[in-house]
Amino acid sequence: MSELAELYQELILDHSKRPRNFGPLPEANRHANGHNPLCGDKITLHVLLEGDRIRDLRFEGAGCAISTAAASLLTEALKGKDRAAAEALFARFRELVTGKVESEDARRALGKLAVFGGVCEFPMRVKCATLAWHTLLAALDKREESITTE
Amino acid sequence: MKVRSPAATESAARKDAAPARFDVAAVRKDFPILAQRVYGKPLIYLDNAATSQKPQAVIDAIANYYSESNANVHRAVHALGARATEAYEEAREKVRRFLNAGDAREIIFVRSATEGINLVARSFGAQGLARGGEILITAMEHHSNIVPWQLLCEERGARLRVVPMNDDGELLLDEYEKLLTPRTRLVAASHLSNALGTLNPVARMIELAHARGVPVLLDGAQAAPHLPIDVRGLDCDFYVFSGHKLYGPTGIGVLYGKAALLEAMPPYQGGGDMIRVVTFEKTTFNDLPWKFEAGTPHISGAIGLGAAVDYLERIGRTAIEDYESGLFRYAEEALARVPDLVLFGSKTQRRGVLSFNLGRIHPHDVGTVLDRAGIAIRAGHHCAQPVMDRLGVTATARASIALFNTREEIDRLAEALVEARRVFG
Ligand SMILES: Cc1ncc(COP(=O)(O)O)c(C=O)c1O
Repeated sequence: MSELAELYQELILDHSKRPRNFGPLPEANRHANGHNPLCGDKITLHVLLEGDRIRDLRFEGAGCAISTAAASLLTEALKGKDRAAAEALFARFRELVTGKVESEDARRALGKLAVFGGVCEFPMRVKCATLAWHTLLAALDKREESITTE
Repeated sequence: MKVRSPAATESAARKDAAPARFDVAAVRKDFPILAQRVYGKPLIYLDNAATSQKPQAVIDAIANYYSESNANVHRAVHALGARATEAYEEAREKVRRFLNAGDAREIIFVRSATEGINLVARSFGAQGLARGGEILITAMEHHSNIVPWQLLCEERGARLRVVPMNDDGELLLDEYEKLLTPRTRLVAASHLSNALGTLNPVARMIELAHARGVPVLLDGAQAAPHLPIDVRGLDCDFYVFSGHKLYGPTGIGVLYGKAALLEAMPPYQGGGDMIRVVTFEKTTFNDLPWKFEAGTPHISGAIGLGAAVDYLERIGRTAIEDYESGLFRYAEEALARVPDLVLFGSKTQRRGVLSFNLGRIHPHDVGTVLDRAGIAIRAGHHCAQPVMDRLGVTATARASIALFNTREEIDRLAEALVEARRVFG
């Protein structure tokens, strides 16, 4: 598979065109805005947090295929997870997109998110893949000012 | 220190000098970087509005300066010092001719277009701009021709006014005229827009401003590489551009200002070279242009820029303009044939820059697909976020041409765009 095909896998294209969990979440109690000034990508995450657990989450905004798909797959992966699990998954995800995954087990632990493995060949796109994750952490931390990838 | 005197007849001579036929294959050989492949594909560089590539003549001029003439300027009594000073001042004279300025004293070397604008904002803008005063810019400015004025206006309680544009990215001259009032202190406008490629009607704008006694600064960062520039013909009061977009090095730019205005302006920065006599009580400033060049200047940068200007003059600026306009029309037509492609900007006044979107595909993704085809373009807001807001997009893709681009490269671009559309379906 070419590096380009590796980057834009079917699953990523599918989520970028038909993002899941897209739209407002009126019962949310946490919100954060993420902005990638390099390409103008903007996303807003809405999280319904109960205790330490993410009961529900949705996102809005406009971005490139990578950032949109990353946000969409993030919402699927984190629904029902607690904060520690979310942070651990982000750490793994970051290793994946920067090409630092150590083992097949680590890759497998990422589940569907492993589809972002091609990003590591595109250093300029790492920020697109991680924007939603940074924004999620900001929401959990109640940092409601806009965060940026810069 | 001596600056050469005016030479009013040169501009006519320059225009008459019959340019040799433009030979793009030969021109390409002048740019060593173009010989490479990226991802196994021949490099197609179409990001010239961000920065252009450098001909060997510029690279050599910089290397030769460091290997043969390096010394500080305006200070040393020794041979190298004299050589460096002469080369530096010769570069100034080349730039004077390039802009058709009347006097080399009017050519200030700065870091970039950005620094040139900041210099004018700080030094000229600070004079007499008071509460209630206004600075007039346009809706299509680069951030570097917005923010310095914004800072100044905030500080002075003055007001920044903006000339609107239509959906095709053309300024509304009627509105411009209405915005020119007795409160207007200065007009600062791009000659050629970097986000849309619009060539603004600057001659008319200057005429209208001058009729009301308002001076005009032109941001020529994008115009200088594409068009013959004649600051006396235009009668603009200030003109700025960056060396690195004009086939020269980074870190060097030019501010042209009318001598009478520059004479009356206070220095921008203090330091060595810009002074004549310093005591702890008082400093007498140096003459133009050095009054505005505090500290050791970017000597090799100025020399490299001089070499770039020489290079363009050798090819012939009218020949370059002719070649580029043919290529550009070809590119406009090629892109217009790409399904779902929306081209922004003026249909008649567009030069050098093609700003577009491809269906609903994000420009960043378009840029990545093109990159893997060896094609370098820019995707983003092009440091002109207000333009993006006006167009109702978050970003655009931008292909910008230079004198070394070819029709074959444009064909490759169009093919790669069709391919991008296929990938994203
Ligand atoms: C129209 C315009 N003005 C100003 C600038 C700023 O140039 P520099 O960053 O070299 O100062 C640019 C650069 O993109 C430009 O296109």
